[in-house]
Amino acid sequence: MAAIPESQIKQTLGDSRLQLAIYSSTQRLMDHRAAAVAPERLPEYQDLRTRANALKRHTIENLDYYLEQFESNVVAHGGKVVYCRTGDEVADFVLGLAKERAARLIVKSKSMTTEEIHLNERLERHQLEAVETDLGEYILQLAHQRPYHIVAPALHMTRYDVADVFTENLGIAKEVVPENQTKIARATLREKFLQAHIGITGANFLVADSGAIVFVENEGNARLSHSAPKIHIAIAGIEKLIPRAQDLAVFLNLLARSATGQALSVYTSFVSGTRRAGEIDGPDEFYVVLLDNGRTKLLRDPEKRQSLYCIRCGACLNHCPVYRKIGGHNYPWVYSGPIGAIITPQFHGVAENGWLPFASSLCGACAEVCPVKIEIPRVLLKLRSEVTEARRAQGTGGWERLGFRAWAWLMTHPGAYLLFASLGSKFAGLMPKIGPLGKWASQREVPRLAPKSFHTLWEERKRR
Amino acid sequence: MARVSLFVTCIVDQIFPQVGIAMTDVLERLGFEIDFPPGQTCCGQPAFNSGYPEEARWVAGHFLDVFRDSEYIVVPSGSCTSMIAHHYEEIFEGDAKRLEEAQRMAPRVWEFSRFLLEVARVEDVGARFDGVVTYHDSCHALRELRIKDGPRRLLANVRGLELREMDMAEQCCGFGGTFSVKFPDISGAMARTKIESIRKTEAATVVSIDSSCLMQLQGAMQRAGLPIRTLHLAEVLASR
Amino acid sequence: MTARDQILADIRAGLGRAGSAKPAPLEAPLLRTPQKDRNLYVQLFVQNLEKLSGKVFVVPSPDQVVPILADLVRGKQAVASNAPFLRTCGIGGFEQVRSDLTDREALREGCAKADVGVTCVDYALAETGSFVMLSSPDEARLISLLPPVHVAVIPRSRILANLDELFATLPKPAEQTSAMALITGPSRTADIEQILIRGVHGPGEVVAIVVENC
Repeated sequence: MAAIPESQIKQTLGDSRLQLAIYSSTQRLMDHRAAAVAPERLPEYQDLRTRANALKRHTIENLDYYLEQFESNVVAHGGKVVYCRTGDEVADFVLGLAKERAARLIVKSKSMTTEEIHLNERLERHQLEAVETDLGEYILQLAHQRPYHIVAPALHMTRYDVADVFTENLGIAKEVVPENQTKIARATLREKFLQAHIGITGANFLVADSGAIVFVENEGNARLSHSAPKIHIAIAGIEKLIPRAQDLAVFLNLLARSATGQALSVYTSFVSGTRRAGEIDGPDEFYVVLLDNGRTKLLRDPEKRQSLYCIRCGACLNHCPVYRKIGGHNYPWVYSGPIGAIITPQFHGVAENGWLPFASSLCGACAEVCPVKIEIPRVLLKLRSEVTEARRAQGTGGWERLGFRAWAWLMTHPGAYLLFASLGSKFAGLMPKIGPLGKWASQREVPRLAPKSFHTLWEERKRR
Repeated sequence: MARVSLFVTCIVDQIFPQVGIAMTDVLERLGFEIDFPPGQTCCGQPAFNSGYPEEARWVAGHFLDVFRDSEYIVVPSGSCTSMIAHHYEEIFEGDAKRLEEAQRMAPRVWEFSRFLLEVARVEDVGARFDGVVTYHDSCHALRELRIKDGPRRLLANVRGLELREMDMAEQCCGFGGTFSVKFPDISGAMARTKIESIRKTEAATVVSIDSSCLMQLQGAMQRAGLPIRTLHLAEVLASR
Repeated sequence: MTARDQILADIRAGLGRAGSAKPAPLEAPLLRTPQKDRNLYVQLFVQNLEKLSGKVFVVPSPDQVVPILADLVRGKQAVASNAPFLRTCGIGGFEQVRSDLTDREALREGCAKADVGVTCVDYALAETGSFVMLSSPDEARLISLLPPVHVAVIPRSRILANLDELFATLPKPAEQTSAMALITGPSRTADIEQILIRGVHGPGEVVAIVVENC
């Protein structure tokens, strides 16, 4: 996973329309969230966060126990659990099932987990039509782009971009009114829902004591995806587990408020097993695919393990001053923003993603709004020291390390520090503005070292 | 008369010594005896934030030695105070002796405005500063030390001063230490957004309790041709 | 090694354990007890659903439901669920509304063609203006999902304070149903330029008829 080239970041920074789109969308989400968690509206907000963090910690530290409990409850309600180590195993399972059932059409609701494993591409290679049904994801699928934001995937597109995508892919006359664009998508996708053989959803939570999955949405496409077709496959990372159905009171009170400022999403679905005797509609077959794909790696470090608590609300993205400048496509993986910055190096290697933990001013706005209290800046700092260690092991980054060693030596030898500083104040102006100093200087008027340090002024003051 | 040790921080020592002078003036006027351990250099944050915890440990250890006997350590910086009071525990994990020293040190370290309000117990230092001022909440101070109202209360008691809030007071200025060196374009863009918010207040001065933020904002405003001054809270409070 | 065995083994290794272990006991679930007077629930429910652009009618008795429904379905095709309460309200015999759909294909067809879907609810939540619907022989899922208008007839006694009270009342929904849906207002999206648009896939119009003394 290479670093996003500087030129791409510069381009994003210079695109004023895109900057405005990112800025205003995230501002709106921030404002709505703030209103929804204000003390007048939700006095228990901080308690809920503390409790959510404790529940996630407990579950993650007993993940094997709760997985097994979840599995036996899914089976008890007529469903099946499929454990998958990798994205390939997920695709193999879906393809195998589709073949057995002679299924050709799949409807999918929004799931970052399936983006992570590029499921659609794998399915399409085998002539299966897998249609994204969330409006934003549908548009992106037609445009062959990846999501810009966890919650608002098409944040970067205008109605004119959408019009072009529809005209090119649906062969219709150009339509630029969003209400009409939505009607077009609704009509097209409705046909798909009613004809599909398989519905694939994600899951926000896996409930161990019930063998149930929970997913939230505002459009209704996830409900349709699991209610219309005869087969429902839910795909979720193993970290989505929570112990009890009653714990949903804590998580659901936090999730939608943190994401969009709604008290609850329009649709919250609690689904378990196949349709029961007497139920008129609903799937005849229910599968929960539990994906590892590297999550077990993140368990190993007790300090960074908390990265798995994430409930994918997107609040950290909205509040991050860096995300708000560079947007979702400048992150190397499908997960962007602060959460992306901490999990990407853990999944894909610290050496390959060395720049990412440093692309932060450590302002802490993310940690302040995280509903499950992940200490993102703390994890970033830990990752930074792992990056420098990895560079040492690789034999790179020698100059920087030497620089900090020299700096640390100076800072532990006050006499030398003061001498060096006084020389610096006389000669710093002559330093060529090359390399990193040059780039730093490009953005600002460089401050000068004071002619007399405080040390010196203090001495003078004492003598008076 | 209580004795107070100054930790001016490396940036104030070398770039903004007038902030140290201002802090000294204010504290002396309040009747404190000031001491300045001359062996002081830095808290170690630059190394820690750059992923060099070992080098940070050396420097932090030096800090603990220099200030070993100080009862009150007053610091004109939220980020340095937070480094010492909150992060030294992380740095010295595994070194029982230093860890214990750091834990004993933590409650003795005071960010300047908090020292005035909670130890000196004053909200009015008798300052005078004519003009419109806006206040920038530096990130570590705001989120790690929970400093928000304190400086504003102190500014409210400055004669002649009108405090006008900017709409993005809590947004990061984009400095982030090594962040501004490694990602200068993003850092610069963040600064420009912030100074636009400052400009809209029509204040003549922007005030903060962190000199690193002020340096970032000053650089960006000068580059943008904005004639807005940056002052540390101590400089405003020392003003007569 | 199966994927299952490998994943469980990797989890244990990651957590630094050789084998499985029973978790420490969990704190009792945090369920906020409702503060408000039950008598205010209807008012609160109305307020909160109206804030989401839902329409709410409050009637004193079951026989007052049909006149309202008649207006809502005039000139339109409607389907209704088999909920006993709907029969109590006389909706079963109401000619403009198709009920007693028990066959899956007929139900799907009926819902796909209908302009209005009429259901009862298992519960409603006052604090959020939500309907809680458990899939059952009496309540099929697609009726509240496919038609562009959803009308929910709500006996007042089923209104709870909030989500917490729902989970206190129903700690294990999986034992009752394969699908419990919390419906909070009309379907919506802001995916295109952050413009709010209703009725994307689910109903764009949501109507509640609350029946007092029931």
